[in-house]
Amino acid sequence: MKRVNDFRARSHPSWWAFLVHRISGLLLGLFLPLHFWALGLSLKGEAELDGFLRYTDAPLFKFGEWGLVVLLSLHMMGGVRLLLIEFGPWSGQRKNWIAGAVGFGVAAGLAFALALFA
Amino acid sequence: MIAVTLSASTQAKLWYWQRISAMVLALCVLVHLGVMIYAVRGGLSAAEILGRTRGSLVFGAFYTVFVLACTVHVPIGFARVCEEWLGLKAGGAWLLAKLLGLAILVMGLRAVYGVVA
Repeated sequence: MKRVNDFRARSHPSWWAFLVHRISGLLLGLFLPLHFWALGLSLKGEAELDGFLRYTDAPLFKFGEWGLVVLLSLHMMGGVRLLLIEFGPWSGQRKNWIAGAVGFGVAAGLAFALALFA
Repeated sequence: MIAVTLSASTQAKLWYWQRISAMVLALCVLVHLGVMIYAVRGGLSAAEILGRTRGSLVFGAFYTVFVLACTVHVPIGFARVCEEWLGLKAGGAWLLAKLLGLAILVMGLRAVYGVVA
């Protein structure tokens, strides 16, 4: 029988950490082929790559890049938290790492945003 | 016939590979974040990017390792999401996951070659 959780199982920082980790991982994984396709344009020469990079100046593109950087930061820190839970000497859900991951995501997002407009 | 679930030992091996690749990726991502924040200053241009990467053995080796770690890491998570959220059986989920993994491997190595060679 399929188990169904009610809201209590989900109104919990660790569940949100799971959801963010899953969604960020999914989006990043699906983005990779697109990323590699764009970089692969360099095989056809510098001009070809530049032709694509001109689009990256558009605000929507910059917002997308920024979002991906934040997702990557969150996924990395969320992953390190899981490694600590599974391989670390402590027990518990490392909720301080959830807070740390959010903080790192914000910091990386700000640093990238500043660099984008530098 | 399409497998409904994977054997316990296969699942344990996948868990292990997911974690080993995660350890490699954590380091790669930290470096990559730094590279990206550095690279986007003043806008992206092909001359700037390729000026840094062309002929660089360090760039080539680093990003080859990065692509290989992604090739291991992404399909394992992707297959799990396909099973749990799309309701696919293990066989179907892994078929999609292997296609994504193959795309990441081939396109990733091609991209590394493109910017380094």
